[in-house]
Amino acid sequence: MRCVAEGWFRTLPALALICGACAPRPAPQKLAIAAAADLNFALPEIARRYRAVDPTVELEIAYGSSGNFYAQIANRAPFDVFLSADVEYPRRLASAGTGPANSVFTYAVGRLVVWVPYGSPLEPATALQDLRVKHVAIANPQHAPYGRAAQAALRSLRLYQGVEPKLVFGENIAQTLQFVESGAADVGVVALSLALAPPVHNRGRYWEIPLEAYPRMEQGGIILKDSKAAREFRAFLLSAGGRRILKQYGFFVPGE
Amino acid sequence: MDWQAIWLSIRLAASTTAILVALGLPVAYWLTYSRRRWKFLVEALVALPLVLPPTVLGFYVLLAIGPRSPLGAVYSKLTGGMLPFSFQGLLLASVLYSFPFTVQPVAAAFAGVDRKLLEASWCLGVSRAATFRRVIVPLSLPGIATGAILSFAHTLGEFGVVLMVGGNIAGVTRTVSISIYDSVQALDYGAASATSLFLLCVSFAVLALTYALQRRIWAVWPIN
Repeated sequence: MRCVAEGWFRTLPALALICGACAPRPAPQKLAIAAAADLNFALPEIARRYRAVDPTVELEIAYGSSGNFYAQIANRAPFDVFLSADVEYPRRLASAGTGPANSVFTYAVGRLVVWVPYGSPLEPATALQDLRVKHVAIANPQHAPYGRAAQAALRSLRLYQGVEPKLVFGENIAQTLQFVESGAADVGVVALSLALAPPVHNRGRYWEIPLEAYPRMEQGGIILKDSKAAREFRAFLLSAGGRRILKQYGFFVPGE
Repeated sequence: MDWQAIWLSIRLAASTTAILVALGLPVAYWLTYSRRRWKFLVEALVALPLVLPPTVLGFYVLLAIGPRSPLGAVYSKLTGGMLPFSFQGLLLASVLYSFPFTVQPVAAAFAGVDRKLLEASWCLGVSRAATFRRVIVPLSLPGIATGAILSFAHTLGEFGVVLMVGGNIAGVTRTVSISIYDSVQALDYGAASATSLFLLCVSFAVLALTYALQRRIWAVWPIN
């Protein structure tokens, strides 16, 4: 009995030491971000750099369709920052009184490309006119910003009439690419940020659609819950470092 | 309300049900009466769509019917068309997706048929096929009806698979659940709720019909 008690007393200082080591380090602050699917590759890189700048903040990023996020956020989904694929959704949220005042910002400009897989006999620059093409995949113009831009681009390039019967709609820009990658569709109009993404860039060839052919695709964000971490993250995203990563991953940045 | 999508979904569900009844009856018969040792593997295969996420099924179906797959190549050689983004492709996916919803109630009904009646029929010199047609099927009608109705309803409400393989073409692959999803995405909540309400009413009516059928005769599903 005595031995047991002695053993216990010897353990106590050790326990105290362990607890002492843990206690001074504060739990990392979490910042929940809802991000458009086209940020799937640029944002992890930005998050990695941001961790080096401020290790006390942990970014929790969810990727998805901006329209879905809009509906969820309008119903009080617990996100701190929303990075949308267009600027319309953040503006609507702001005008409905979500988030602190003046919290909408634009952080990137999306670019469109015509994409065909490697091994396809089609040339990206002429694929949309090619008579061998049976299916052309674009994102759904009803709700995906890239789909709307693709439709506008097809119209202004005077290709829409020929392409319309061949159109199939992906739920978002990533599924649009998957339709083409699987061979089910012959050619797709997708985001440059996807065509350049590490898992995709050596699987296909692309041709960038001239920027004048479609309305400028400003991507906007909004701070939903004001905090120092949220403001600092926005500042980093808009800083030279953040802009460089966005450019590298296939976006233009505001002011260009 | 998107009547084009509703009509497409009804056509898809009806065609799926017709194919499933034709395919499901022999499969259910085999599952009920076979004494093969490895039957349980087939049973597991048939039940797979019950537990697999529709996205998994849709992902595989798209790869399996694409032009680079053997099936897709054969189909395109035979018909000159392509299965992805077509009604036929959707039909194939729906048949796979709703297969257990036909087979399981029908197999349960077959298993409930008194074995003595079958043996009496065989002893009287009636062939196995005729016994199936004249004894087993009539006695299992409530189960067959349940299977058919459930498959119809299940196909009507199918979403994930269609999203993965359909390509959202109006009148061809834009089913009612996709149309609702699109309306929600486009923030057109009015259209979404009108179509949703319609689907809700149809689904309730179909299920009520199923349970009414069961109550009147005997319970064939779920299996006790």
